[in-house]
Amino acid sequence: MKVFGYRLPGMSSLLVWGLLWEIIGQSGMTFFIPPLSEVIATLFEVIGTPAFQKALYETAYAFGAGVFFAIVIGVPTGIFMGKSRLLDELLLPWVNMFLSAPLTALVPVLMVLFGFGMKSIIITTTLFAIWIIILNARAGVMQINRSLIDMARSFGASPWDAFFKIYVWAALPEILGGVRIGVIRAVKGVIIGQLLISIVGFGALFELYSSNFLMAHFWAVLIVLFALAFTISEFFAYLERRVAYYAAKR
Amino acid sequence: MVTPQTRQAFETAQPLTDNAVAVRGVSKNYGDVEALKNLTLEFPRGQLTSLLGPSGCGKTTLLKIIAGLLEPTAGEIEVNGKAITGPGPDRAFVFQDFALLPWASVMRNVAFGLELRGVAKSERESVAGKYIADVGLAGFENSFPHELSGGMRQRVGLARALSVDAQVLLMDEPFSAVDEQTRRKFQEDLLNLVQNENKTFIFVTHSIEEAVYVSDQIAILLPRPSRVSEIIRPSGFRDKGVDNIRRDPEYLDIVDEIWASLRNYVE
Repeated sequence: MKVFGYRLPGMSSLLVWGLLWEIIGQSGMTFFIPPLSEVIATLFEVIGTPAFQKALYETAYAFGAGVFFAIVIGVPTGIFMGKSRLLDELLLPWVNMFLSAPLTALVPVLMVLFGFGMKSIIITTTLFAIWIIILNARAGVMQINRSLIDMARSFGASPWDAFFKIYVWAALPEILGGVRIGVIRAVKGVIIGQLLISIVGFGALFELYSSNFLMAHFWAVLIVLFALAFTISEFFAYLERRVAYYAAKR
Repeated sequence: MVTPQTRQAFETAQPLTDNAVAVRGVSKNYGDVEALKNLTLEFPRGQLTSLLGPSGCGKTTLLKIIAGLLEPTAGEIEVNGKAITGPGPDRAFVFQDFALLPWASVMRNVAFGLELRGVAKSERESVAGKYIADVGLAGFENSFPHELSGGMRQRVGLARALSVDAQVLLMDEPFSAVDEQTRRKFQEDLLNLVQNENKTFIFVTHSIEEAVYVSDQIAILLPRPSRVSEIIRPSGFRDKGVDNIRRDPEYLDIVDEIWASLRNYVE
């Protein structure tokens, strides 16, 4: 965007909102919103503490494991659904249902099935992320140019080769898009898991800070979480742009 | 490389089975629709046979059945006297829409057929490099398909089919997606290829002029259900040089004759 002939760098609007936040905070309108400067000062204070680092580790672990399983299970499932009509007919209703289902309501069931520990949190994270990953991989495979598949077959590709040298690559733009959205959903999943299942990680920090009215701490952790989610999602967006040159030409 | 001795031995060893590919009684049904009905056709070794016909006459279906990509409902395909059950290393396919991997360089695309056959990287790249140069793309080894023109992309597809060294080359309207001038150049190059490569070419086209220009044998297919209505073997103008074919009286007569028999089938 240009203002008075100057090209503004990306995300300049954040400055405006940050300023507004600071003004509202300084005016003391509500205890709920402390000034941004105070939040940022708290942020640097909090980051060094062992409690924060333990929470970060617990959250990152559950998040990483959850996303890992979502990708490792979701991408092949989606590809096979795109390839096989039978599998597609069998699984698609479930995938669509879980994609739009309020998964939070399922968390108590997971607790009964898998206990109150890390396992349930990881499964919750996976459940939040996996459906959109499956759907996107499926959509990616379904639009593969038929002659690429014929080409692989006519040159004698084994099913293994066809999977890793054709399907995964040809569907890669859609797969990466699905993973990017899945990762954002996984952030929700991991926090909801940590709040509902066992009070650990960032979920525990949110619980602790909000029940003690430590709003600056609360916002600081939220900003850290947002920054992490944003960075990961931007990383996948970057990968997506790397393959965009062929997305239109398959 | 085929040495003169090998070629001689080859010719004396197989003087009788001079058909590289034979289609015997092939039918193909899609549900109730008969795409091909009891079709029999032979493809002489070392020659180019065109499958020519109006659209919807099943010529691409027949080519895909020969390639092993489609199963015939009845009948069988013999390649070198042996019935086929699927795709095989004796046949290579050139696609109408090129079917290149958009994420791979020209080098990897050309070497892809060999890669799928498990040929080591250095070996397949030296073979691919030779054919890239042969089709006139030297210097573009590291380019990507989206950086090339349509004609150049089809040269990549052709180099890929040549580099697996199959005896039979199946070409599905290979020049229909390139512009007219490039297409003429391709047709001339194809004639040289047929002469020099000692391979059997099966060429699907909907262009009468193209079929007559490049073919040793033209099979006219008529639609619904598809059958071979006529086989034409132009003989007089093949050796007169690429520049003289289009004004040869026999060339013009055959083009007219084919049009006369096809015009009723064109909506």
